[in-house]
Amino acid sequence: MQPRAITLAILAMGGEGGGVLADWIVDLAEHSRYYAQSTSVPGVAQRTGSTIYYVELFPETAAGEPVFALMPVPGEVDIVIASELMEAGRAIQRGLVTPERTVLIASTHRVYTMTERTAAGDGRVDSDVLLAACHGSAARFVPADFAAIAQQAGSVISAALFGALASTGTLPFERAAFEEAVRRGGVGVERSLAAFAAGFQTDRVAPKEPLPLPDIVATGVRRLTEYQDEPYARLYLERLAPFRAWNDAVLLEETARYLALWMSYEDAIRVAQLKIRRERFARVRQESCVGPGQILHIHEFLHPRAQEIADILPAWLGWARPLFSLVSGEGKIVRTTSILGFLQLYAIACLRPFRRGSVRFQREQKRIEEWLALVQAAAREDRTLARELAESPRLLKGYGDTYEKGRQEFEAWIAAKTNRPVE
Amino acid sequence: MAERSFKTEVGKLRLGAGELFRGEGILAVTKALLQSGVSYIAGYQGAPISHLMDVLTDANDILQELGIHLEHSASEAAAAAALAASVHYRLRGAVTFKSTVGTNVASDALANLASGGVTGGALIIVGEDYGEGSSIMQERTHAFAMKSQMWLLDPRPNLPSIVRAVEQGFALSEASHTPVMLQLRVRACHVHGRFIAGDNVRAVFSLAHAMERPARDVNRIVLPPATYLHEQEKIRTRWPAAQQFIRRHALNETFAADSQDFGIILQGGMYNTTVRALELLGLATPFGESQVPLSVLNVTYPLMEDEVLRFCSGKRAVLLIEEGQPDFIEQNLHAILRKAGIATTLHGKDLLPMAGEYTALVVVNGIRRFVDLYAPRLIARPKPAPVVVPSLEGVVHPRPPSFCTGCPERPIFTAMKLVERELGEHHVSCDIGCHLFSILPPFNIGATTMGYGLGWAGASAFSTPETSKRTISIMGDGGFWHNGLTSGVGNAVFNRNDSLLVVVDNGYSAATGGQDIPSSQSATCLSIADAVRGVGVKWVRSITRTYNVARMRDTLREALTTHEKGPKVIVAQSECMLNRQRRERPALEKRANAGQRVVRERFGVDADTCTGDHSCIRLSGCPSLTIAPNPDPLRKDPVATVLDSCVGCGLCGEVAHAAVLCPSFYRVAIITHPGAWERLRTRVAGAVISLLQRSA
Repeated sequence: MQPRAITLAILAMGGEGGGVLADWIVDLAEHSRYYAQSTSVPGVAQRTGSTIYYVELFPETAAGEPVFALMPVPGEVDIVIASELMEAGRAIQRGLVTPERTVLIASTHRVYTMTERTAAGDGRVDSDVLLAACHGSAARFVPADFAAIAQQAGSVISAALFGALASTGTLPFERAAFEEAVRRGGVGVERSLAAFAAGFQTDRVAPKEPLPLPDIVATGVRRLTEYQDEPYARLYLERLAPFRAWNDAVLLEETARYLALWMSYEDAIRVAQLKIRRERFARVRQESCVGPGQILHIHEFLHPRAQEIADILPAWLGWARPLFSLVSGEGKIVRTTSILGFLQLYAIACLRPFRRGSVRFQREQKRIEEWLALVQAAAREDRTLARELAESPRLLKGYGDTYEKGRQEFEAWIAAKTNRPVE
Repeated sequence: MAERSFKTEVGKLRLGAGELFRGEGILAVTKALLQSGVSYIAGYQGAPISHLMDVLTDANDILQELGIHLEHSASEAAAAAALAASVHYRLRGAVTFKSTVGTNVASDALANLASGGVTGGALIIVGEDYGEGSSIMQERTHAFAMKSQMWLLDPRPNLPSIVRAVEQGFALSEASHTPVMLQLRVRACHVHGRFIAGDNVRAVFSLAHAMERPARDVNRIVLPPATYLHEQEKIRTRWPAAQQFIRRHALNETFAADSQDFGIILQGGMYNTTVRALELLGLATPFGESQVPLSVLNVTYPLMEDEVLRFCSGKRAVLLIEEGQPDFIEQNLHAILRKAGIATTLHGKDLLPMAGEYTALVVVNGIRRFVDLYAPRLIARPKPAPVVVPSLEGVVHPRPPSFCTGCPERPIFTAMKLVERELGEHHVSCDIGCHLFSILPPFNIGATTMGYGLGWAGASAFSTPETSKRTISIMGDGGFWHNGLTSGVGNAVFNRNDSLLVVVDNGYSAATGGQDIPSSQSATCLSIADAVRGVGVKWVRSITRTYNVARMRDTLREALTTHEKGPKVIVAQSECMLNRQRRERPALEKRANAGQRVVRERFGVDADTCTGDHSCIRLSGCPSLTIAPNPDPLRKDPVATVLDSCVGCGLCGEVAHAAVLCPSFYRVAIITHPGAWERLRTRVAGAVISLLQRSA
């Protein structure tokens, strides 16, 4: 059979170092007596868009210099490296990954697309579909979360992917030659080599075990005790009790879930309570990677509107609500790591015992009861409808105008399903 | 300061005769220019030749050693006009820009240059932005070569061929007194390869020589009656001279000339793809040894009648591989064959698609159809089963380019979205530049784009007293200096348009890689607001921090609702974040290492209070503002989250305030090497807070 070039396509997003990876491969090959050619079409795709880098390699022989192609041919690619799972899907879609010859090295982490990110609710693509396509299309599939691997090594994903490429043994070069190419690259060599070594590990970390299912009801009880008090949590259980009679695990779980969420609706008191918690401070500290000797300040972006202040007023002051619309609320930045800033939110959180008397509390309890009654009524006749109704408060989300819009949608939906208005 | 630095790579430009050069296509082009003894180089950035300008900029020391002047032209027209230096003097000059858009802009100067002709070699290096990854309309430079009768080189896409094309291009230009265009496709610009270098050459006749002994020849000036002479010259002397040179120096190449009674004629730029296609069909070795005759047109205009006829005669049929449309070469070949009375069948766009990029797969299929017609048993390899692709429709989303993390242009469009909520939609005319990403989600703003700097002119028809609604136009600072100041601002003042222009002043030609422009801080630092006032705009507002969404929104509202008539301009200024980070990051690192106080800011989202509605993302789209699985076992929808790549631009907080979103956003300041007083204060606050937290 005719000798042929080794063909290699790298699918990456702008700014991810796909070019660096291609450069390493070219350098590695040229120092191993190979002809190497790489091309790309960066253009404006550099700005976070998908980009393909294409590399061809051919041994230096007496037969002469090869003629390299400038773009991958579907079905004729030996190695595909994808820096992200959906990009692996894109390679498959373009016909670059074929069961006859393609080794597919792909990072299994996700960088969500604009479509996924901007969906209200959950617009994420099912990763399992992409993984299944990878398994089905490649001659050999080498999956791992190379982004995490690189991050642990304090480097970038291209180094970890280069390590994985070396580990597959698909290229006719020794590991040491790969590492030499990284050294010659000259930028962040030690960390790159650490990420390379981590990417080289063939016994990669197995995919995470799925978490055990949480006990929704128990979570709800804890949530509401913290939100208000024990009697409030008992009210939760009482409201839920009639639903146990249906012997319908899904109906019970979804009702329990959305009942807990609705009963712990986010008012100013709740937000203040969540913001000043010790665990929250610790979490922000950890996410910000604060090192020893460094100081962390947290500034909250709050925008308490007249409406929200009025909401936590006692109901007997309901007549005064219009007065508050005169207050035009400006956005506030509160530094909760300062004593004064902390005290502001602390004071609001301390209003918790008075919540029961507030306008909004009474309004929400009424709506909750109405919703529960609708679910209960539906369960007698139409179990599917009952489940749908149980899940419908998922539409209630956000704050201010967003919440209001969600509530209208929710009510329109309920009205359409039950032929009667909720309110 | 450009995005990509070639400071180390330009060292390769010093290689001498016989040494092996390894590197990118554009670097090889630069080396070839130095080997050709050029006296001046001019150009305007734009993919795929942006990096050529960057290489030249970074190589300026070497250029100066060789007495070469490098001009960062104000536009492609300015670049092309620079070639006037080669009209009367034996000076070699090269210009470069993106094509066809740059060639459109340059064509006035190019037509004048081509009419009078040149004495010194004039080379126009165009980056042909066609096919995958292209950012412009799909057209061909070929038409420009034909209309002005400039010669068009389309060399085989390997470094030795490209370097030879540059060197021979100058010689061809001089031999035929005609400017020569060298066309480089996108992948050829970025191809990594190798060639044997030659020595750099300093021009014998220098710019100084010309300036000290000025020359003029009225017959070379484009003015009647000389213009009538020029047209005759083009046909009677320059054309034959060019053909003679092309023939004598064998610029076109033929491989395996008589191996079959059919053959393939192809553009030089299509050579590698064609050879790979033949290899996949079993008709060529990996080294390009073809079983099918190949006639490679490294010069695609003019066509060489005698060479074509020699190749075709005795062949039953030829296949022409000509990428792009209209099929200029195919029409020309038909005419040549018919006039010569040769019966060879010519195939081209009957077996290959009329429009679209000629990818390897397209060429494989075209050649297979052709060969099967004339030698049905030659291709022994069975047609491979088409690659079965699992349907991933809806699962694999398009991932177009977008505003970078912390981009200062994003808040402008966030503010426009907020104004849209109040005042309804407006007609928005866009320009060219990063800001054009506004037409995509999440902003979906913008209706048309008519060309670089033409944003405001694109809205000029919408000028009527019959409505009080105004149009909004967008223009980048690059487009503004390119021509927008006259075609947009001057035009609006002259015609008394009552509309709004937003100039995005980020300090660089950002989309092409962060090159300097007249308003760059590191360059001439000209004020866009002053320039606008200078041509007569009365209503001018400058916003010096685009991240101030509320101010941006209020100013937009004012511009759209004020009773004051006449053109209105908002200059929205904030430095391109890519460039700013590139400048500031190393400086901050240095300060931190030196033990000085350094503050790093970034944003975060509290998963506890985020309800998963994502309206914050719909008003931003920042790559570092994304989603994550909800840590709350009760909630199913993913929460918004801020990645560590956040640069703390402030937009998230401003949006949370201006759009009254939710209380989930927080900003952290991480202070390295804090002062003693600061440490004490933080410790005390921490102790008090900790106490209160325990009691809560």
